[in-house]
Amino acid sequence: MARPNWVPAGTDLDKPNAARVYDYYLGGSHNFEVDRQMARKAIELWPDLPKIMRANRAFLRRATQFAAEEGISRFLDIGSGIPTFGAVHEVAREYQPGARVVYIDMDPVAVAHSRLILADDPLSQVVDADLRNTDDLLARPEVEELLAPGEPVAVILNAVLHFVTDADDPAKILAKLREALPSGSILILSHASLEGRPDQAGSHQSLYRSTPTPLTMRSREQITAFFEGYDLVEPGVVYLPEWRPDDAESVGPHPERMTGMAGVGRLS
Amino acid sequence: MNESAGLSGPPGNDGPPGSAPGTAADEAADEAAEAAETVEAATAGFRAAWTAMLRTGHGAAVRPGVLNPLTARTADLLHRAAREHPFRPELAGQAGALLIDNQFTDPQLLADAVQLIQRQAVPDERGPALSGAFAAGWAAALRERTLREQEAIRLAADTARQEVEKALRVSEARFRALFESAAIGIGLGDTDGNILAVNRALGEIFGGGPEDMTGVRVNDLVHPDDTPGVWEAYEELISGKREYFQFDKPYYRRDGEVVWTHLTVSLIRDDDGAPLYQVAMLEDVTDRYRLQERLRHQATHDPLTGLPNRAAFFERLEKLFEEPEPDVRFGLCYVDLDGFKVVNDSLGHDMGDQLLTVVARRLENALSPLGHMVARLGGDEFVVLLENCRGEQEAVAAAKTVLAALTKPVVIGDHRLAVGASVGVLERRIATTTPGAAVRAADLTLYRAKEAGRGRWTLFDPKENARAVSRYAVSVRMPAALDRGEFFIDYQPMVDLASGAMTGVEALVRWRHPQLGVLGPEEFVGVAEETGLIMPLGRWVLEQACEQAADWVARFGDRAPKLSVNLAVRQARNAGLVGDVERTLRSTGLDPSMLQLEITESTVVGPEDEALKALHALVDMGVSLSVDDFGTGWSNLAYLRDLPVSNLKIAGSFVGDLHDPAKDTHLGWRIVSGLVSLAHTLGLSVTAEGVESRADAERLRLMGCDLAQGWHFGRPARPAEIARRIAEADLEAAPDPEFGYES
Ligand SMILES: C[S@@+](CC[C@H](N)C(=O)[O-])C[C@H]1O[C@@H](n2cnc3c(N)ncnc32)[C@H](O)[C@@H]1O
Repeated sequence: MARPNWVPAGTDLDKPNAARVYDYYLGGSHNFEVDRQMARKAIELWPDLPKIMRANRAFLRRATQFAAEEGISRFLDIGSGIPTFGAVHEVAREYQPGARVVYIDMDPVAVAHSRLILADDPLSQVVDADLRNTDDLLARPEVEELLAPGEPVAVILNAVLHFVTDADDPAKILAKLREALPSGSILILSHASLEGRPDQAGSHQSLYRSTPTPLTMRSREQITAFFEGYDLVEPGVVYLPEWRPDDAESVGPHPERMTGMAGVGRLS
Repeated sequence: MNESAGLSGPPGNDGPPGSAPGTAADEAADEAAEAAETVEAATAGFRAAWTAMLRTGHGAAVRPGVLNPLTARTADLLHRAAREHPFRPELAGQAGALLIDNQFTDPQLLADAVQLIQRQAVPDERGPALSGAFAAGWAAALRERTLREQEAIRLAADTARQEVEKALRVSEARFRALFESAAIGIGLGDTDGNILAVNRALGEIFGGGPEDMTGVRVNDLVHPDDTPGVWEAYEELISGKREYFQFDKPYYRRDGEVVWTHLTVSLIRDDDGAPLYQVAMLEDVTDRYRLQERLRHQATHDPLTGLPNRAAFFERLEKLFEEPEPDVRFGLCYVDLDGFKVVNDSLGHDMGDQLLTVVARRLENALSPLGHMVARLGGDEFVVLLENCRGEQEAVAAAKTVLAALTKPVVIGDHRLAVGASVGVLERRIATTTPGAAVRAADLTLYRAKEAGRGRWTLFDPKENARAVSRYAVSVRMPAALDRGEFFIDYQPMVDLASGAMTGVEALVRWRHPQLGVLGPEEFVGVAEETGLIMPLGRWVLEQACEQAADWVARFGDRAPKLSVNLAVRQARNAGLVGDVERTLRSTGLDPSMLQLEITESTVVGPEDEALKALHALVDMGVSLSVDDFGTGWSNLAYLRDLPVSNLKIAGSFVGDLHDPAKDTHLGWRIVSGLVSLAHTLGLSVTAEGVESRADAERLRLMGCDLAQGWHFGRPARPAEIARRIAEADLEAAPDPEFGYES
C-alpha cells in the first residue's frame, strides 16, 4: 500500500531499486552495486533485457515526438525515473521549444537526482509523489497548474504501471487521472507484458520482489483496458518496436521478443 | 594523399605539397583524381555503415535532432583523422568521446565501430593508430562519464537521505510534541510488560513525573477493583491474540489515592507481524467516575438516613427472584414506627428527622451484622430483607431483633423519646410468590400487627392475607376496574413432557391495582365471584385470550399453542355460557379444538346438574375440558366418570409438597404417581402444575405424566414473550439454521 503523506519515504540503498536498475540496463552508471547485482542476474536469465529497455526508451522518444508534433507542449511524466540521456523535455523541445514538463517519481533518489540536473531549467519541475496516491498527486501545485484547463497535456505512464499491483486498483488510478485532464490530452503508456515471452515472466517478476516496487506483468487485453475513455491512435496497443517505427527495418525480425507493449490514446 | 606515393618512401621524405616537378606533378594529379574517386566511394560506404550502426541499439532512443548531427560529426572527425595530413589521431579520439557524451556506452558498439574503422582504406600505416585512438577516446570519455554519474547518483542519494532525515526529524519532532503535550496519558511498553516511555500527562495521572514511571512494570499496576477480564485481555494482547482492548480501570496513585482511567491499549507488531510494543492511552475519568458513583448512591440511598432506599430494596428483591433455586426461601420484616406521627406533629419535622436517623442507625447496627439488608421505604417505614432464609424462625428472630433495638428510648437534646415499632413478618419459598405480592403481603401483615396492638410482630397468614386484600379496597374498586382497563392477561407455557415442546398456554388474568400494584387471580377472583363481577370479567378474559390465540395461529400456524382458560363455577353454571363461547370463537375465528376450558371439581355436584348439559354442549362444539386443581376439592370420583373432560391438572401443591422438608417426600411422589395412573385409567391426560426443577420434570415424565407447567418451564409472561418462544423453538427445531433465520 501507499504510505500516508506525513510519513517520509525511506532511501533504502541496501535494496535494488527499479529506477537505478533500469538506468543500468540502459548503460548508465547512476546505480549502485546492489542494483547492478540484480540487473546482472536478470540479464543472465534473460539476455534480451537491455534491448527491451532500449526499445522502451525508444518508444518514449517516438511517442513524445508524436505528441509534440501534434502540438502538445505540456507533459506530465509520471514514474520518470533517473533522467538519463534523452529526457522528455529534451525530445519535446525539438518540436515545441517552450515545452513544459513536470517529472514525478516516488523514489527519493530519483527525485533528488532529477532536481540536481534540472535545477537550471525553469520550464521543468520535479515532484516527489506516488502514483497510487492519485488524489495527492493531482493536488500538487505544480501538477494543478500544468493540468489547468485550456491546453491539452500529454500524460506519460511509461514503464510504471507494472509497479502498481492489482490490489492498488490501477483502473481507478487511470480514471482519476483521466478526469483531471483537459480535453484533447493524450496518454502515453508502456507496460511490461506477459505476451511474447511467457516463459520469462515468472522468474523476472520474482526478482523484483526484493525491490520496493514488485512487478505485475499484464496481458495485451489488460493493458488495452487502461486506455478506457481514450481513442487509441494507430497502430493501437502493440509490441514496443512496432509503435510507429522510424523505418521498417528498425522493427526487427522479432518484435514480440521485446515483451513490453505500448500505445498512445487521445482523450475524445 | 597518394597511397602508392606513400608507399614509395618513408613518410618523412615526401616533398612539400605543390613543390613537385611538372610532369610528375601532372601524373600525380591524374592519379590523385583517380584515387579521390575511389576514396570518395569508400568514404560514402563508410558513412552509410556508420550511420546504420548508430541508428540501431541505443541510437533508436536518440532523437533525430541529436542523432543526425552526431552521426555527421563523428563520421567527419574519423574521415579527417584517416585522411588529413599530418595525421591527427586525437580527432578519432574526439569522435569516440562524442559517442560517449550521447550515451553510446554499449561495449558492443565499440567493437562494431572499431571494425568499421579498420575496414576503411587509410593512407600510410595509420590504421591501427587510428582505431586505437578512437577506442582510447571512447574509453577515456566513458571513464569520465562513469565517474561523473557515480558522483551524481551519490550526491543525489545523499541529498535524498538528508531530505528524508530532515523530514524524519520534523515528523519525529511533531510526534514528540504530540506525545509530550498530549492531554491524554500515553505510555509505551514492551511485550514483557516493561514500561519504556511515558509522557507527562501519564506521569501526572499517577501523581508524579514521567521519570517516576521508569522501572515500573505493567503487572505492578493491578488494582483490586479491576474489572474482571482486563488482565485476560492484556495477556491476549501481548501474546498477539488481539489488537487492542478498552476498559475503565482504577490505579493507585503514588500518594495511595485511587485514580480511575479510561484505558485503551493497542498492540504494535514488527514487519513480520510479531508483537513488538504495547501502547497504552489513559484518560483520567476519576471525576466522572466519582460523579457517577455519587449519582448512583443518590439514586439508591435515602438522603436522610443513608440507608438503601425503596428503589434499591426492590432492585435487590427482584434480583433474588430472577433465577431462584427451587427451594430457596426469603424473609421480609415490614417495620413501621409506633407513634412517629405524634413526635413529628408535636416536636416538629426536624426532631422527627433526627429520630428517623437514630432509628435507622440502630436497625442497621443490629441487622447488618446478621447479613440482612435494612432499607427505608419512606416516612417511618423500614424493611428488613433476609436472603437465603432458613425458615420462619429466622425471620421471626429478625423481627424480634428489630423490636429489641428500639426498646431503649432515643435521646435527642432534652428529649427522651420512647419509640416502638410493629413488624409484619413474611417468610416463604421464593418460587411461590412474586416481589410485589410479597411486599404487599408483608405490608398487610404489618397492619394486622398494628391492629393487634403496638410493639409486636405478626406472621403472614395466607387466609388472613386474602381477607385483608379483599377488605382492602378490592371489592370496592373492582367494578370500575374493568371499564378502566386495569386488567390484563399473562400466559403461562404448558409443555409436553415427552417432546419438551410448548404445546399450550394458560391464560391468567392480572389486575394492575392503582394502590396495590399487580394482583394475581388468587387475590381477587374469589371476591369477583362473590360480587358477580366474575361474569363480565370472565367474558372479557375469554374474548381477549381467544383473540390472542387466533393471532398466534395466524402467525405460527400449527406451531401455535393451545389456549387454556379458567372457568369459574359461577360462569359454568350460567345459562349464557355456551352462547358466549360460541360467539367468541366465531368472532375471533379461533378453531374450537384450540380452546380448552378449565373447570374446578366443585363445578358439577351431581348427575342431574344443569351445568353438565352446558359442558356437554361445549365438548360437542369441539372445545375440550380439563379439571383444574385436581385433588384439592372434594372429589367424587364417580362423577368424574360422567364429566366430559379429557384432562386432569394435578394441583401445584402436590408437586410443591415434594420439597417441603416437613412432609414425606416418598409418600408425596406416590400420591402424584397414583393420580397419574388414575387419570390414565379414566382415559384422561394429566398435567402437573407447579413444576420448578428439571429433576421433578424428569421424574414426572418417567411416571407417564403428559403435560406440565411451572417456573421450570416458564412463568406467566406477556404475549410477546410467548411469541418469541414459539419463534425460537422453530429456530432450534429447524434442520438447517440458515433457512431457519429467514423466517
Ligand atoms: C522503469 S522506470 C521508468 C522510467 C521512465 N518512465 C522510462 O520509461 O524510461 C520506473 C520508475 O517508476 C517509478 N515508480 C514506481 N512506482 C511508482 C509510483 N507508484 N509512483 C511514482 N513512481 C513510481 C520508479 O521509482 C522508477 O523510477
